[in-house]
Amino acid sequence: MKTVFERPHALCDVPFTYCPGCTHGITHRLVAEALDELGIEGTTIGVAPVGCSVLAYEFFACDMIQAAHGRAPAVATAIKRVNPANTVFTYQGDGDLASIGMAETVHAASRGDNITVIFVNNAIYGMTGGQMAPTSLAKQVTQTSPYGRDVSSDGFPIRVCEMLATLDGVALAQRVSMDTPRNVRAAKKAIKKAFEYQIEGVGYTIIEVVSTCPTNWGLAPTDAMEWLRENMLPHYPLGVYRDVKAEGFADVAEAALARDAEPECDPCTEPIEASEPPFEDAPGEVGSQAGDV
Amino acid sequence: MAEKILMKGNEALAESAIRAGCRCFFGYPITPQTEVAAYMAKRMAKEGGTYLQAESEIAAINMVYGAAAAGARAMTSSSSPGISLKGEGISYMAGADLPGVIVNIQRGGPGLGGIQPSQSDYWQATRATGHGDFHLIVLAPSTVQEMADDVFEAFDLADTYRTPVMILADGMLGQMMEPVVLPERKTEFPEKPWALTGHKNQRPHNIVNSLHLKPEDLERFSVERFERYETIKANEQRAETFLVDDAEIVLVAFGACARIARSAVNKAREAGINVGLIRPITLWPFPTDAIEASLGTACAVLTVEMNMGQMVDDVRLAVNGRVPVEFFGRAGGIIPTPAEVLANIEALAERCSAAKTGGDAR
Repeated sequence: MKTVFERPHALCDVPFTYCPGCTHGITHRLVAEALDELGIEGTTIGVAPVGCSVLAYEFFACDMIQAAHGRAPAVATAIKRVNPANTVFTYQGDGDLASIGMAETVHAASRGDNITVIFVNNAIYGMTGGQMAPTSLAKQVTQTSPYGRDVSSDGFPIRVCEMLATLDGVALAQRVSMDTPRNVRAAKKAIKKAFEYQIEGVGYTIIEVVSTCPTNWGLAPTDAMEWLRENMLPHYPLGVYRDVKAEGFADVAEAALARDAEPECDPCTEPIEASEPPFEDAPGEVGSQAGDV
Repeated sequence: MAEKILMKGNEALAESAIRAGCRCFFGYPITPQTEVAAYMAKRMAKEGGTYLQAESEIAAINMVYGAAAAGARAMTSSSSPGISLKGEGISYMAGADLPGVIVNIQRGGPGLGGIQPSQSDYWQATRATGHGDFHLIVLAPSTVQEMADDVFEAFDLADTYRTPVMILADGMLGQMMEPVVLPERKTEFPEKPWALTGHKNQRPHNIVNSLHLKPEDLERFSVERFERYETIKANEQRAETFLVDDAEIVLVAFGACARIARSAVNKAREAGINVGLIRPITLWPFPTDAIEASLGTACAVLTVEMNMGQMVDDVRLAVNGRVPVEFFGRAGGIIPTPAEVLANIEALAERCSAAKTGGDAR
C-alpha cells in the first residue's frame, strides 16, 4: 500500500498540548515538513518561547531550547553565532515577540541575524487566559480590555511585518494565514523559503502566521476562522512585505547598499533648507555652557 | 617564565577570559566596566570568536544563555544597575544548568546610584541574583592579578558544576593598573554532550529548559541542584588569612576593601594590637570554615565593607555568637581609609581589654 500522508519526521510522536481548533498544530506541522524536506532536522536548533507554545521543545525532534519571555531572538542570535552551520529558528507568539520581546525582535532583525522567526499572531494572550496583546484589534474584547481595546488609551495594534520590513537586516518578511487550505499551502511555501534563505545566508527571515484562538476568543473553531477573515485580515493583510532575493539581491547587505544609493521617494532627494544657524557657530556656545556645569 | 606586564584590572580580566577559552562576549556599555567590552571588541574577532554589543543587558545575558547552551564558553560583564537587568537571564541559566561567567564591576546603588566603587551588590550576588531557589559561585578578586586568575578559573568552575559563576569586583579594581602575569592559554576543554549542536540523526534531541510543570519534577531538580551546591560548599570555599593565629581582633573584608583592611592591620600591629585579617575569596560558598578556625584567640570580629553592612550577616552566621561581630563600612562610592579602620580596631581593642579586666565586651 502506498503511504500518502504521515507524520513529519521532525515532529515527535507525542500528543500536542494545544486547545482543539488552535492553529499551532498546523503551524508546527508546516515547520516540521519544511525541516524534513530540506533534510536539516539534524542540524537545526529551535528556540521555544514563553506562552502557549512554550512546550514546543517537546514536539520538534531537533535540538531545542526554551527562552525567557520575549528573549528568543537574543538566544537564537547567540546560538547561530556559536555555530553558523546550524539552522536556527524561533517560534514565538504575539505577546512574546511584539510586547515584552520587541527590543530583541527589532534588534535581531536590524542586525540581519541569519535566523528564521515563526511568529504566530492570534491577537490575544492565549496561555495566560485571553488578555490584550499588542496585536489585539481596535475594539477587541479581551480579559484586560473588557470594553474593547480603546486605541485612545491602549494604543493601536502593531503590524509587525510592515514595521520590520523597513529594517535593512530583513531578508524576508511575509504574512500568511491558516484559515483555508490554500492559505495553509502558501504558508508552507513561505516557511520553507525562509529556511532556504537562512541556509543561503541571505539574512533575517520572519513569517507571520495569522492564527486563531478559539478558546480565548470564545468561538467554535470554524467561527474563529470566519472571525479571522473578517476582522484580522483587513488589519493584517497577507503578503510579502520584504523579499530581498525577489528584488534581485543576494543578501541583506547588498540590498541595503542599493537602498542607500536609490532613495525610494523624490522628496528625499530635495535639499533641506537651512533654517538653523550654521553648525560652526554651535561649538562655542556649547563650550561656554560646559564651563558652567 | 611568563612576563609581568602592567594592565588595567578590566583589561587583565578580559584578556584572561580569552585565554580561558571564552569565545563569546555579549555586553552593553556601563561605567565602570566598559573597558572589558572595549577590550573584547578589539580582540575577539582575531580569536575567531564573537563580540556583540547587545541592545540591552537583558539581551546580553540571554545571548550568554544561548551561547552556553550551544556549548561555547561565554561571558558578559556589567556594573550594578546592569546586573539587576541580567537577573532574569541568570535565573534561567541556573534553572537550565548552564555554565557561564558574569562579571560585576560594582558601583554604588540602589537605582542609578553613582559610578564610584562599591560593594553594595553583595546581597544580590550571594542571595538573589534572580528569582527562584539557586546559588551562583561568587569570586571576589582583590588585585589585578586576581582579576585575571579568578576569571580564568571561573570558566572551569562553571563547566565543572554546570552553574553560572560571578566575578564580584568593583570600580576600583576595574580601573586600577597593577603588574600582572597572565595565565597560559587553556587548550583542553571538557566535553559537553548536553549542548545544542544539532543531533545529526546520531542521538536523541537535546533540550535545554528550565520549565517543569509537575511540582514533583521541579522539586526533584531543585533538590539535585542543592546537592551539587553542598559539594561546592565542601570543595570550593576559599579564603586568605593574614596574621590570624594570635589575633585578638579578626577583621573580615573582601575585594578592594581587604587591601585597606590589611593596611590597617599592619598599622595596628605596629601599635601593638594583635589583629588579623580573613579575606573571603569565594563569597558563595562563604568560607565559614576559615572564619570558624580563626576564632581561637579572638575577642571580637570586625567586618569592613564598602556598603551599609551586607557580608556582616554571613560573618555572624559563621561566628555563631561565639564573639561579638562589629561592622564598619562606607557607602555611596566612598572608600574607607586605613585610618578609619584603625580607629575602629583601637576602639574594639579597648573594649576587649576592658572585658578582660572585669567588664564584658559582649
